[in-house]
Amino acid sequence: MDIFLEALPALGAAFSQILQPLPILYLAIGVVMGLCIGVFPGLGGIAGLSLLLPFMFGMDPVLGLSLMIGMVAVVPTSDTFASVLMGIPGSSASQATVLDGFPMAKNGQAARALSAAFASSLFGGLVGAMFLTVFILVARPVVLLFKSPELLMVSVFGLSMVGILAGRIALKGVVAAGLGLLIGTIGEGPFNGELRMSSYDFPYLTDGLKLVIVGLGIFALPEVVALLRRDKAISEKSNLGSGWLSGVGDWWKNKWLSARCSLIGVIVGVIPGLGGSVVDWIAYGHTVQSAKDKSKFGSGDVRGVIGPESSNNAKEGGGLVPTLLFGIPGSGSMAIFIGALALLGTGIDVGPSMLENHLDFTYSIVWLLALANVIGTVICICLASPISRLTNIRFALLAPFIFMIISFAAFQSGQDLMDLVALFAIGLLGIMMRRFDWSRPAFLIGFVLSTPVENYSNNATQIAGVKFRQGMEAGLTYIASPIVIILLIITVISVFIGLRQAKNILAEGEVPSGGKRAPITFLLAVIAFVAFALYNTASIPDYARVDRVFPVFVASVTLVSALILLAQSMWVSESHILFADRESSDEAKENIYSLWSTLAWFAMLLALTSLFGFIIALLVFLLNFMKIRAGLNWIATVAYSAAGIAFICLLAHLLKRDFPPGWLQSVVNLPWPLG
Amino acid sequence: MKPKMKLSGFIAAGILAIGSTFSVQAADLSGKTVEWIIPFSETGGSAKWANFFAPLLSEALPGNPSVVVKFMPGAGSTKGANWFQEQKDGDGTLIFGSSGSTQFPYLLGDPRVRYEYKDWNPVMASGTGGVAYLNAEAGAKYDGSANNLKDMTFIYGNQGATRLDLVPALAWKMLGMNVEHVMGIKGRGDGRKMFESGEATIDYQTSSGYLKGSAELVEAGKAVPMMTWGSIDDAGNIVRDPTFPDMPTFKEVCEKTDGCETTGEQWEAWKAFFVAGFPSQKLAFLPAGTDKEIIDMYVTAFETIKSRDDFAEISAGRLGKYPMYVGKGAQTALGSATSVPSSAKDFVVGWLKDEFGVELK
Repeated sequence: MDIFLEALPALGAAFSQILQPLPILYLAIGVVMGLCIGVFPGLGGIAGLSLLLPFMFGMDPVLGLSLMIGMVAVVPTSDTFASVLMGIPGSSASQATVLDGFPMAKNGQAARALSAAFASSLFGGLVGAMFLTVFILVARPVVLLFKSPELLMVSVFGLSMVGILAGRIALKGVVAAGLGLLIGTIGEGPFNGELRMSSYDFPYLTDGLKLVIVGLGIFALPEVVALLRRDKAISEKSNLGSGWLSGVGDWWKNKWLSARCSLIGVIVGVIPGLGGSVVDWIAYGHTVQSAKDKSKFGSGDVRGVIGPESSNNAKEGGGLVPTLLFGIPGSGSMAIFIGALALLGTGIDVGPSMLENHLDFTYSIVWLLALANVIGTVICICLASPISRLTNIRFALLAPFIFMIISFAAFQSGQDLMDLVALFAIGLLGIMMRRFDWSRPAFLIGFVLSTPVENYSNNATQIAGVKFRQGMEAGLTYIASPIVIILLIITVISVFIGLRQAKNILAEGEVPSGGKRAPITFLLAVIAFVAFALYNTASIPDYARVDRVFPVFVASVTLVSALILLAQSMWVSESHILFADRESSDEAKENIYSLWSTLAWFAMLLALTSLFGFIIALLVFLLNFMKIRAGLNWIATVAYSAAGIAFICLLAHLLKRDFPPGWLQSVVNLPWPLG
Repeated sequence: MKPKMKLSGFIAAGILAIGSTFSVQAADLSGKTVEWIIPFSETGGSAKWANFFAPLLSEALPGNPSVVVKFMPGAGSTKGANWFQEQKDGDGTLIFGSSGSTQFPYLLGDPRVRYEYKDWNPVMASGTGGVAYLNAEAGAKYDGSANNLKDMTFIYGNQGATRLDLVPALAWKMLGMNVEHVMGIKGRGDGRKMFESGEATIDYQTSSGYLKGSAELVEAGKAVPMMTWGSIDDAGNIVRDPTFPDMPTFKEVCEKTDGCETTGEQWEAWKAFFVAGFPSQKLAFLPAGTDKEIIDMYVTAFETIKSRDDFAEISAGRLGKYPMYVGKGAQTALGSATSVPSSAKDFVVGWLKDEFGVELK
């Protein structure tokens, strides 16, 4: 109890430090900057923090801290705009929000979805801060309980969420998750550095694919293309502005759900090593499992927004625990945060001593985070109605700018033209998965968890081996700890419930069945890739067998599942749900343009970029698109294109980023931003 | 539409202004932007290092240009280094920061390396040290030699066989210790957490990592320091690390341990990789073919930083109490960091293959 009594004065000191006009002003400035960055999908907190870094040196510590925390805290709030309005996951924190938020926007309920999301974010952030205030005092021993076997089980539990998101045919969900896991293993193996499905002759893939690219490719590109083919506004209903109050009301009706998901967020966020990238999926899974009426999930159930959004702001607070107590950054932005703390010259180093010597400082950080959430949410709720009107604009006018921003964001992950090619390739996969009703969430969960599952299972196996050699008891205590057993039981229950209910949950809306040929062609392509992955990874020589085990295992399971699907498709009738094909749906009849001609626009941007660099390509692309596809007159075409180019140059200039160069730039030296 | 047109015109003017900065007048960088390329992500140690120096450099360079740190991660820094190799005739607006993780693949003959350190112009170097420590059980048996530790099995969280962890791994092997390497650890912070939770039983940290986290474990009786890698004196000998004068160096421990030798190819190999990885871990370069005048300007700027009254104070927290080498000193540091006898290289390549199955084709 002593420890809590000691904490009270520190808490008081923290509040008297931060509840001053100047820190709050700086916090608000940070919040506004963070909101501006977070609105653009794929940029996220890292870009924002690096924007601030040059100003940190020599700044007053409390003010600098306020500025930075304001920036970091609201990114998971404002990225909701992209997720709900465009169906583009703004960052890894709001992937699950897309599933129900975007259908709501399509139904003309954008403002309602947004305000429910923001109310949940705010609540989650506050619950997170309160929980942390107490928990941080006892967190250290608790976090130390999570060793490799426990971390493995948390990852497997995350993977079990595939069960509930698998869609109507469980095996298709398994194959989708398997694909995600396999694509996550591309590149150098973690143990011997043996290459998997890549080669040094083609260096891009040796680093593996980045989450930004896979997330944007699998969710954003298919939605943008689908909307563009219809050539209408995102929402056909015009009563958008209303509804923000009803969104807050929705949250109030589901406050207990919101509270549970906030706790899930903060607890998973505390566990180091997972980086919180699956928190929203776990919260979504929990929301669906605990709901009575599940029929609306995937087609616009507001609870599907409240759950993940409650968790993702709480997670940021949870992520402070490994960051501050162990010096292990919970995310990329936290890593920069640590660096910036040192720049501020506080003399405070993150690590075990934070709690004993600087508890007031630690509390300042926790509550600044909560305060930033409050400011950010209020601003976002005010903006929800006006920004929602974007969904009433004809989509052909928005799409080129969305292409522009996601290409720019994707390029930032590896500074390589291949980033755009990878985005395009994953996008194509996403389009096909969407068309044939393969679970894209399952794929993404697989991809995100691929590295943790492989690493922790290798580590746990290796360490368990040493322990068992020391004695049976030492080995068993290591692998069969109470946490492992509890997580195992939860996982089994979750898979069981998930599979029983998955048939009712159409995470991506209902898709009718069409002919056999197209779905089987896609299935055969999947089988070909999995077979290649199996062959490629199985031929890793014996001296590097550790790099071989995981991909070979995953590929085998996936291949068997896919072959069973193939066998089934031979003898069931054409109308079976196995042959779901969006092209035969009513939605498809509204399509004015074909898939390939729409995709060709993006391919054109890509091809031109490889020749003339991004800016020149973008100019040509925008002019042509606005004139030919959107059918604007010349004045409007030029104005829109110029605005687009000016905007992206300004953004890149502020963030001090480059654009993808092409062949032209390798021949002549052009000034920025052309070269 | 009008406001947008206006805005774009404004931006176009801005673009022209930026474009015109390409004509360079040497020895004054006013109004220009210096890009400091770091071949790692925003989150690593090199990022902290460059972010620390960037504002100081901006103050110290003539004309006070803005100094911007740019990140170009990929292939464990070989991507950025290969890119830098292509940059010729620097006009003083481009510098590059390399690290031990850039030096090691170069030394080991990694197939992806297409850069040549000898072409570049070093202007500044700074280093660090490292400390290895044991858990309490093993620490009780430790007497300044590894003789009593040889019948134990240790577990170590390793970041990768060809990374800086190569130095502790080879040291423990030379001492005849039986260490199981658990691979794929994300950073030394994760390694320390594994040690603290009891999964790992031996660990190493760079000096700042040790001071920030591990020293506390030692105070609490959970860890016992084993040795430092030492420091290099002017004559090239390994001496005690000035940050940890009370701890024996690996050299001292090796001398006391049966079967460990401080001569011969194994020792030379360890020492070569230690020197490349620690005392001259991070170097700042100007591109090949840069004018002497510009090089001198940078050397002077870094001298100015080094002689700041508050430099010792502000750098101690960020970089540890290690010397910063400028100009000639940086050249010497580069020499010792990148010249490894081929016998040492062959030895390490062979050992990596035997112990970890790593093949550098």
